[in-house]
Amino acid sequence: MTRILIALIFVLSIVTPTFAQSTAAPDRSATGGAQTLEDIMARQRGEEVDNSFRSEATGDAARAAEISRQLGTLGGNSDPELWRALRFGSADVTASNSGPAAEVLIQGGGMSWLNLRSGPLIKYGGGLLLWMIGLLGLFYLIRGRIKIDGEKTGRKITRFKAAERFVHWLLAGSFLLLGATGLITLMGRKFLIPAFGHEAFSVLAIGSKWIHNNVSWAFIIALVLIFVFWVVDNIPHRTDINWLLKGGGIFSRGHPPAKKFNAGQKLIFWSVIVLGSSISVSGVSLLFPFQFEMFAATYAKVNATGLGTYLGFGELREVLAPHEEMQYAHLWHSIVSFVLMAIILAHIYIGSLGMEGAYDAMGSGEVEEQWAREHHSLWVEEVLGPQVPHAPPAEAKKSAVKGAKKAAVKPAKATAAPKAAAKTPKKASIAKSAKLAASKTKAKKNDNSEAEKTSK
Amino acid sequence: MKSMLAAFFAILAIAIGANLVLSQAGFSSKERTSSSAVRLDP
Repeated sequence: MTRILIALIFVLSIVTPTFAQSTAAPDRSATGGAQTLEDIMARQRGEEVDNSFRSEATGDAARAAEISRQLGTLGGNSDPELWRALRFGSADVTASNSGPAAEVLIQGGGMSWLNLRSGPLIKYGGGLLLWMIGLLGLFYLIRGRIKIDGEKTGRKITRFKAAERFVHWLLAGSFLLLGATGLITLMGRKFLIPAFGHEAFSVLAIGSKWIHNNVSWAFIIALVLIFVFWVVDNIPHRTDINWLLKGGGIFSRGHPPAKKFNAGQKLIFWSVIVLGSSISVSGVSLLFPFQFEMFAATYAKVNATGLGTYLGFGELREVLAPHEEMQYAHLWHSIVSFVLMAIILAHIYIGSLGMEGAYDAMGSGEVEEQWAREHHSLWVEEVLGPQVPHAPPAEAKKSAVKGAKKAAVKPAKATAAPKAAAKTPKKASIAKSAKLAASKTKAKKNDNSEAEKTSK
Repeated sequence: MKSMLAAFFAILAIAIGANLVLSQAGFSSKERTSSSAVRLDP
């Protein structure tokens, strides 16, 4: 009895899918195997239609109508076969204009791209930016401006030299222009044409295109320079873990110690480098259409690793029409740009409205010493030496101020290299006064114990 | 502030330079996708 039951289950398990398949296959006998009205309606409803019965029905003389019949005028091939071949990109096309795209007359993927571009891309991309602006507004309402906690010293420390600020603004300025013109290009048809009309938008669109295409080079150059300037200071450090665990001290009292860049700034830096590079590469491929086949090559690599199947995408297509390469590059360019724009909105907020004293770092390059001690305590120690402990003797305090002033103001103006500016005063101030050296040692011990307490 | 203004000026200079170079590089759509038999300019 058990054997019969198992056999029955086995037979049913084989028969059921076969039965399901046979019932799912539409009856196309009325059209002689061509697509039916139901096929067309299903496609118009946006349903997935298996086009293999059409795409594979080309070039097979045995399947073609006989030459003596009405549709057999091409000697074993038929006009419908030619149209099918054009429709599915397998026709042998010779075009008078040059370029790989010229020989693809019908490109089905274009509709999916257009639908994504004019629908979800605008909706979710724009939504992300609005969400970030709302979140920052809410944060401002709850937390307010992050003030300098301690008493301001009136002394300034050089945080970024002129070349660093120049490169930062080169990147920032170009990014803002690229972001604005990119949004105009993407969203103009939906929002600006209804508001200002075609004539006005045409001028704006042509200008946006010029800016976007040409300013992109400034962004790429600045990205490379920023990487060279700051990569060393952005290498992850163990203090970053503590900083992240304390959320940068945003909602708590006290400031977790940080070097020249805290963990939050490092995240911004690496986001800019990684996402900015990706945007640059996809952007260059869009600037020189059909010259780079990045996605087909990437998909082939993904398939080779089995990652696509593992993530549920199945086998990715390794042969793409030239247009599809551009369409994927455009979508990727836009999506990654939206993510970077959202991150940069947060960066702009915290560097201007969100934090007292932060803008000076990129404005004049000179920051209030107290601000620096609160937000980048370890960096200040590197630059000025350890902080003098609470209520230092008047003489030591005087020396410390003298040392700090020398370290901060004079070397910063006199020398170009920040590292040299950082190390020289430290050594000089130690050599200047034995008293100061002693107080520094004491201060370092205190600071270390404080830092340990904080990290615990 | 000077650095910022200098950077903005540099963006403008790079953009104008890029436009000049690229328009001479033979990569415009007109040059890439048409032949001498095609007249695009009015």
